[in-house]
Amino acid sequence: MAAATLRDVRYAFGENPLTAVALAIFLLLVACAVVGPALVPYDPLATNSDFRLVPPSSTHWFGTDRLGRDILSRVVVAARLDLGMAVCAVALSLVIGTGLGAVAGYRGGWIDNVVGRLFDTIMAFPLFVLAMGIVAALGNSVANIVIATAIINLPFYGRFARAEVNIRRELAYVEAARMGGNGAALILARHLIPNIMPPMMVQASLNMGWAILNAAGLSFIGLGVRPPEAEWGIMVSEGASFIFSGEWWTFVFPGAALVLAVFCFNLLGDGLRDMIDPRRRT
Amino acid sequence: MAYRAVLQRIAGALPSLIGVVIVTFLLSRALPGDPAAYFAGPAANAASVQQVRESLGLDKSWPEQFWRYLSDLSHGSLGHSLTTGQSVVADLVQRLPASMELTFCALIFAIIVAVPLGVLAAARPDSIVDHLCRALVTMGAAFPTFFVALLFVYVFYYVLGWAPQPVGRLDEIYYTFPSEVTGFLLIDTLIAGDFAAFRGALAQLILPTVSLGLFALAPIARMTRAAMLAALGSDFVRTARANGLAAGTVLFTYAFRNALLAVVNTLGMVFSFLLGSNVLIEQVFGWPGVGSYAVSAVIASDYASVQGFVLLMAVAYVLLNLVVDLVAGLIDPRVRFGG
Repeated sequence: MAAATLRDVRYAFGENPLTAVALAIFLLLVACAVVGPALVPYDPLATNSDFRLVPPSSTHWFGTDRLGRDILSRVVVAARLDLGMAVCAVALSLVIGTGLGAVAGYRGGWIDNVVGRLFDTIMAFPLFVLAMGIVAALGNSVANIVIATAIINLPFYGRFARAEVNIRRELAYVEAARMGGNGAALILARHLIPNIMPPMMVQASLNMGWAILNAAGLSFIGLGVRPPEAEWGIMVSEGASFIFSGEWWTFVFPGAALVLAVFCFNLLGDGLRDMIDPRRRT
Repeated sequence: MAYRAVLQRIAGALPSLIGVVIVTFLLSRALPGDPAAYFAGPAANAASVQQVRESLGLDKSWPEQFWRYLSDLSHGSLGHSLTTGQSVVADLVQRLPASMELTFCALIFAIIVAVPLGVLAAARPDSIVDHLCRALVTMGAAFPTFFVALLFVYVFYYVLGWAPQPVGRLDEIYYTFPSEVTGFLLIDTLIAGDFAAFRGALAQLILPTVSLGLFALAPIARMTRAAMLAALGSDFVRTARANGLAAGTVLFTYAFRNALLAVVNTLGMVFSFLLGSNVLIEQVFGWPGVGSYAVSAVIASDYASVQGFVLLMAVAYVLLNLVVDLVAGLIDPRVRFGG
């Protein structure tokens, strides 16, 4: 197993100093998601008709929205929902995709054909459109946004896992495990999947940013998350109606949070790849 | 030989089309809950749900339902929209030109900017162009399209006043719509000889085009840069240089022609992105295309319309990928001659 040594970590940070910045943003985001609701100055759902659409000030750093809710509090609290949706979606597609792909790559034959067809069919759709269709079909809820995002990401993990297992299938240690009388399930679970996990994790972290964008895009068009709830995509969409009266803070801050989160995960994914897979260092 | 390769490619798109039709069928029928209630809409009572169930054949077995679905499709029927009262096909056909005009313009914009950018970035590593290229690629991967589109509207419409109000394809207070020939306003206004309306339509089109194109630009530029770097580092380019060929000839005739294949092959991914993001951009700019139609249909639980839209986009995407494949075959003799 390609364990990252201290030298690899140092390499990743040295190669791209932004990785350290990304790590700091990541910790901040996680802090917002975990303890954010306890830290924020205002109740994210509390309306206050005396302070509607107040520009950013010392009392309301990010201003307030049309119902007088504090935007800073809402942006911070929303981290839990946004990151939660993305993490769940990525975890689902990582587990299911790896499972399907690994079995297809190990077994070959008709299983490989069926699984390959399934992935091809998913990829035959423009992915965001398929996600919309799935949410429309399964029902308009946060859980279904997670499922839709997981489904459209499935082929990336599945194809990757299939290829990685396929090249290892005939290697000596797998052969030895087979000779020792282990069944296919045991070989996959104990020998092959642990070995393909490091590159799969890199794939997952590179995929996180995209999952966040996707879930936020779905809620931007009004799917999943219901209005009083704080979520970055829906906050941007609610703020959009105040562009024409110049209340920019209503959509800029949640949008910026979204950008920051995606940017951070993309950079972390690159850093992780540098640590785990030295061959792909440029 | 070449014809057979083309036929093979066309046949290769068939499984995708079949898969797409099956998935859309499953999405529209095999739901948890009662599909008849979904199709009948939120305002239906028990009697109208029953009526929908019978008219759609939802009380039949699955294979029979699939057969009906196929025969409806072959007659060009996708059912009726609850919100507009028209057939879904009529709705989509009416709105498709607006979406196509926007998507094509965005694609053209992206290619015109991204390809030279990628070539120059590869030709002069670590120059300003290279850094610009890298910045755009990073931005394209981290910014939500809808957020950038809104920022553009805020800056260029509200603050600077350069762009017209984002009210769709043409501001009807100042201009009249030309009679429809192609459905593309830029062409129809020219046919009608109404240059003021042409300028009006163009002005409306610029911001959505740039905000959509910017994100198609990023993968094209990245791939152009990477493919050009690979081509420029290869032995045949070294030989060409050693033989004293002009730098321009080496760059364009030798390296670029070889890099082009990789660039064309990324277009498939770019289309997936364009067709998906179209929905978000149309939503921001009040663009009367199929994407904004689908969004209002989703919100109104107008079931047949959403599924019709998904099927249309998927079929369009499969066909676009086929075109990309055929073009790649034209460019690459190895593919063309099956070698």
